[in-house]
Amino acid sequence: MMNRDINGEGRKFNRGEEEEEEDEDEESGRGRDAWERTYADERSWESLQEDESGLLRPIDNKALHHAQYRRRLRTATTAGIQKGLIRYLYIVIDLSRAAGEMDYKPSRMVVVARQVEAFIREFFDQNPLSQIGLVTLKDGVAQCLTDLGGSPESHIKALMGKLECSGDSSLQNGLDLVHDLLNQIPSYGHREVLILYSALSTCDPGDIMETIQKCKSAKIRCSIIGLSAELYICKYLCQETGGLYSVALDEPHLKELVLEHAPPPPAIAEFAIANLIKMGFPQRAAEGVISICSCHKEAKFGGGYTCPRCKARVCELPTECRICGLTLVSSPHLARSYHHLFPITPFDDVSPSITNIPHKLPKSCFGCQQSLLNPGNLPGPWVACPKCKQHFCLDCDIYIHESLHNCPGCESFKQSNSVTNMEV
Amino acid sequence: MSPPVPSKILTDDVSLLMVLIDTNPHFWSSIKPHFSFSKFLSHVLAFLNSILLLNQLNQVVVLATGINSCGYVFDSSSGSVSQRAESLLPKLEEFAENDESLSERDDDSGNGVGSSLLSGSLSMALCYIQRVFRSGPLHPQPRILCLHGSPDGPGQYVAIMNSIFSAQRSMVPIDSCVIGIQHSAFLQQASYITGGVYLKPQQLDGLFQYLATVFATDLHSRNFLRLPKPVGVDFRASCFCHKNTIDMGFICSVCLSIFCKHQKKCSTCGSTFGQAKTLDPSASQQR
Repeated sequence: MMNRDINGEGRKFNRGEEEEEEDEDEESGRGRDAWERTYADERSWESLQEDESGLLRPIDNKALHHAQYRRRLRTATTAGIQKGLIRYLYIVIDLSRAAGEMDYKPSRMVVVARQVEAFIREFFDQNPLSQIGLVTLKDGVAQCLTDLGGSPESHIKALMGKLECSGDSSLQNGLDLVHDLLNQIPSYGHREVLILYSALSTCDPGDIMETIQKCKSAKIRCSIIGLSAELYICKYLCQETGGLYSVALDEPHLKELVLEHAPPPPAIAEFAIANLIKMGFPQRAAEGVISICSCHKEAKFGGGYTCPRCKARVCELPTECRICGLTLVSSPHLARSYHHLFPITPFDDVSPSITNIPHKLPKSCFGCQQSLLNPGNLPGPWVACPKCKQHFCLDCDIYIHESLHNCPGCESFKQSNSVTNMEV
Repeated sequence: MSPPVPSKILTDDVSLLMVLIDTNPHFWSSIKPHFSFSKFLSHVLAFLNSILLLNQLNQVVVLATGINSCGYVFDSSSGSVSQRAESLLPKLEEFAENDESLSERDDDSGNGVGSSLLSGSLSMALCYIQRVFRSGPLHPQPRILCLHGSPDGPGQYVAIMNSIFSAQRSMVPIDSCVIGIQHSAFLQQASYITGGVYLKPQQLDGLFQYLATVFATDLHSRNFLRLPKPVGVDFRASCFCHKNTIDMGFICSVCLSIFCKHQKKCSTCGSTFGQAKTLDPSASQQR
């Protein structure tokens, strides 16, 4: 590939610069000119694919992205299946020697910590009434890093402060610890464990099969995300307890796998006993009031909430009142989980070939007014809501189902309003 | 939407303002002596024109919130030349006629002022904003302004909360300017959660002044201003059985329904409390 003579002749006057470039190239191990380097890194031939007739087409990223999202939606459509909304989740992070491997840049440990931070924020966003705890596996023992709590900042701070890896990881010790910790939670909560496992082995003090059976009878749902390769024991554990086992291929894939656990999983009915939980809805205190808050034990000016039972001041919601133990939430926190209970129906694909009357097609997406026609006046792919029959572009489809959880068409027409919404 | 011109420099204060105008005819006829829809429109049009004058790259999009439908009536970026706000008038009239004709089909359920479809126009505005986000790294900063007066419709609660949370995630503030006598609890929560401004003007004759001083500033400049603070947002929930506001209640752990007294069975999802439940068919749950 390098034909230095040909290039050299054309660039005699650039000799000096070229020598500098050569030094750099030799350091990186490959002698290349600058223009060659751009092609080498891009590998543009990989973004081509063949269509049915054998012609080369560039990969349509938008359609690919949409197809991925549709696949996700199809596997996740669980309207009518009960979800476990009050979750007590322990995240077990493997900090053994294997976590120091650098196949993920800068190291597996750092990448995992980053993803766990994003996951914790997303988790509390989608499950405001749930709690998370962190456990680490290091030097063959399992340690509880943070207790079950509802504040994302304290978990993230604790995690970022303790990023060192050494020794072996022990799956059994981790499961034993989590099992003992999860025994203390109320019976209406769903018990879950998410293990981020980097090692290829586990050093256990006893029979791990017994521990797995113990977890199964305690109704703990264990899921594992592996970073190196698939392990039989992990697969067995997840199968027995009803969790998910997946192995990450690269960092974006890891992110996708971790965030898959943020929305509530389908609940197995016998796992949690339905119960009425007493909760308080505090009012926001007036701006000019001075009081001593019960969480920081110092005088605070203005803001804050007053517990309706014992009138103690708390700083943020949701939380448990430190004085009387009442769970304090606000109605938006409950409302955040309603879209899990009332999911919107997936939209249907509308293929341009089916509808053969071009001027009857809608010109623009109902939500964002973007034109549904490709340049050249050919209709591109789009979707339609089965209820209100409005047409939407692919990007709106993804946004509506993943973030908004409202169909603009159904919300904008009165007749469908009374059917779909629940009375509050 | 015309493609972004890279040679223009998008400074911090370029904004995209989505205005949601409440066109509920029952509401506007109920405040007839004090204020009228035409006077309201004259204030709003002057305000919209002033926004377009503040910065050449500012963009204004207007949606109409009716009682039977919602729709786009104005987009300042459509067309080659930035249009004046008056051009929304014919489209707004067409929308209002269409909206009224849709309600003639139903029997007159108008005991009092009905509620308008705020959740629909909020959802459409958020979809438009997402499209602006997708258009590239250089885009104006979006915000939503609701000019609303109709009472809150309890059937829209879940949809409005979904829109609010989505706006919060995309960091789009929802400002509210409430016309009329009643406060709107939904809009108070919306502005509080998303970091917007909630205002109920005292003197409607000076509406333009309220709009121009409070709602015209872009998001960057708001850091330097003292805007009206929220006056006690009520976050208490209402129980599902009596619709009373309660400050302590019981929540079903399965479906998160709120009850004011202890019950044996949840009326929403049918789960019996206190015993291990059997797999209840989903028919007893929603819809």
